[in-house]
Amino acid sequence: MAEKNQSKPPVLRTHSLGIQFGGLRAVDDFNIEIGESELVGLIGPNGAGKTTVFNLITGVYQPTEGSFYLNGIEMNGKKTYQIVEAGIVRTFQNIRLFRKMTVIDNVKVAMEQKLHYGLPQAVFRTGSFWREEAQLTRYARELLDIVHLSGKENLEAGNLPYGQQRRLEIARALATDMKLLLLDEPAAGMNPIETEELLEIIHFIRNQFKIPVLLIEHDMSLVMNICERIQVLDFGTTIASGTPEEISSNPKVIEAYLGKEEDAPVSEEVRENA
Amino acid sequence: MKKEVLFSYAVNMIAVTALFAVFVLLFETRAFGNSTQYIQGIFTTACYTIIMVTSLNLVVGFMGEFSLGHAGFVSVGAYASAIVSNALAGKGLSDLTLFLVALLAGGIAAGITGVLVGIPALRLRGDYLAIVTVAFAEIIRVAFCNFPITGGGKTISGILKLSTFYRAFWVMVVCVAVMFLFVRSRFGRTVKAIREDYVAAAASGIHVTYYKVLTFTVAAFFAGIGGGLYAHYMTAMIPTNFNFMYSAELLSEVIIGGTGSLTGSILGAAFLSSLPEMMRQFSQYRMLAYSVVLILVMIFRPGGIFGGWEFSLKQLASSLSGKTKSKAVQEKEGM
Repeated sequence: MAEKNQSKPPVLRTHSLGIQFGGLRAVDDFNIEIGESELVGLIGPNGAGKTTVFNLITGVYQPTEGSFYLNGIEMNGKKTYQIVEAGIVRTFQNIRLFRKMTVIDNVKVAMEQKLHYGLPQAVFRTGSFWREEAQLTRYARELLDIVHLSGKENLEAGNLPYGQQRRLEIARALATDMKLLLLDEPAAGMNPIETEELLEIIHFIRNQFKIPVLLIEHDMSLVMNICERIQVLDFGTTIASGTPEEISSNPKVIEAYLGKEEDAPVSEEVRENA
Repeated sequence: MKKEVLFSYAVNMIAVTALFAVFVLLFETRAFGNSTQYIQGIFTTACYTIIMVTSLNLVVGFMGEFSLGHAGFVSVGAYASAIVSNALAGKGLSDLTLFLVALLAGGIAAGITGVLVGIPALRLRGDYLAIVTVAFAEIIRVAFCNFPITGGGKTISGILKLSTFYRAFWVMVVCVAVMFLFVRSRFGRTVKAIREDYVAAAASGIHVTYYKVLTFTVAAFFAGIGGGLYAHYMTAMIPTNFNFMYSAELLSEVIIGGTGSLTGSILGAAFLSSLPEMMRQFSQYRMLAYSVVLILVMIFRPGGIFGGWEFSLKQLASSLSGKTKSKAVQEKEGM
């Protein structure tokens, strides 16, 4: 329905989103707008609340304040699987694969919502069962091809090397009919070659699927390299947002990452001692 | 691909029929002499135990949750089917129809109980769920001890003896086949994903609670059918038959056979349910042997004797006919 709307709302819009854990305000007044096939980076020091934002948008936590919209539809209060159904899908900071299942089954699980056959069709193995399962296998193979994992379909997911596990997680996210992809530190723990490959994949996904990507990342060169817009969080509040150039010269950002100027001599001393 | 699947179905069907033919031959020629009747009884016991244990394995092995209350569902199925068959007896139904209707009633009653127990209980996980399932099974047992329709704590007897070995065998075959088909479809795949990582499963768009309750219900349904077979074989029962020890026995058979392997459950159940009978003369020591076996399995094969591995005739045949061919077959074996 939203597609017919002439003045298209942004794919994701949050309106002063916030959550409070007891006395701690983990995220406060978080506003972001992500348009059609944009690549936005979300950065900030450790504990700034980046993953909490992801958890809010994917329904893991319920926001205590504010609201968020996907293509103009309010998503507050929905369960994780309903939000995935609507089109927001994520990967995890610490890889969460179905480790004891095969690579291809990992992808197929995420396509669950594409299947229509029910329990009786499964038990009697009707035509629709075979048709849908065959289609699922074909589509899953295509996705594995995109993340350069073809030929590994029947390996156990937990036995893949680290970089490939990250890519499989992305393939699993692609398997849902998503409209927005959230990547939580996709390059964490990768070597430079793997990071390079990941960059290629992210570019390919954007070109192929025309979907926006919101990215949390610590690897600054990666963020500065690929993101069109960056938003910086510190202690749960947005301290800056803009293009990579603006961000890299923003004094507040430098302060958040490197500390205030009074601290500077201390850090120099430390460097001398080392 | 479809042709190969049909071929493997045919192979399995022939194998099962052949096995049945062997049993018929043995029993009809009275190969065991005077103890034929007795041995037939042991095999019938094995049949319904197999159904109960494989259904419990759906929860324990595939969903990855400990249920210590399976005997509760067995008892619901047993009593429901006994009540139905007593009510319908002498209404002109043939024995076989009466038997099947009674089993189905037992299965459905247990399935409904499964939904009712599953919806509140499956919000919990791990140890907490295990304790809650124990509690539910106890509630069912105590309730049956007090309802007049279930004998009010006394033995109800005079249940029609409808479970012959031959019928029990085919009921077992159908139940196990359906569970295999369940596991090797979207349902099994999804439930395994929930076992592996329920957060990631939810993040992949899976309605975790729905699938958990569904699996729990399917397991309860088959436990109920197993209970129906039990009731119509024993012809008399008392609610205390289905106490905590019975649940624990079923669970240990799942674990010894192999969590996540239906063929493991089949062999585990067949072996362990006939073991006490074989060791009748040392019956007071059999619990001792049982615990020793359990400890040994836990030490040497923590995943059970079969682990997650499934026995398949097709794989056996292809590995016998040469390695080169077997790889191609295995690759194509998606479902």
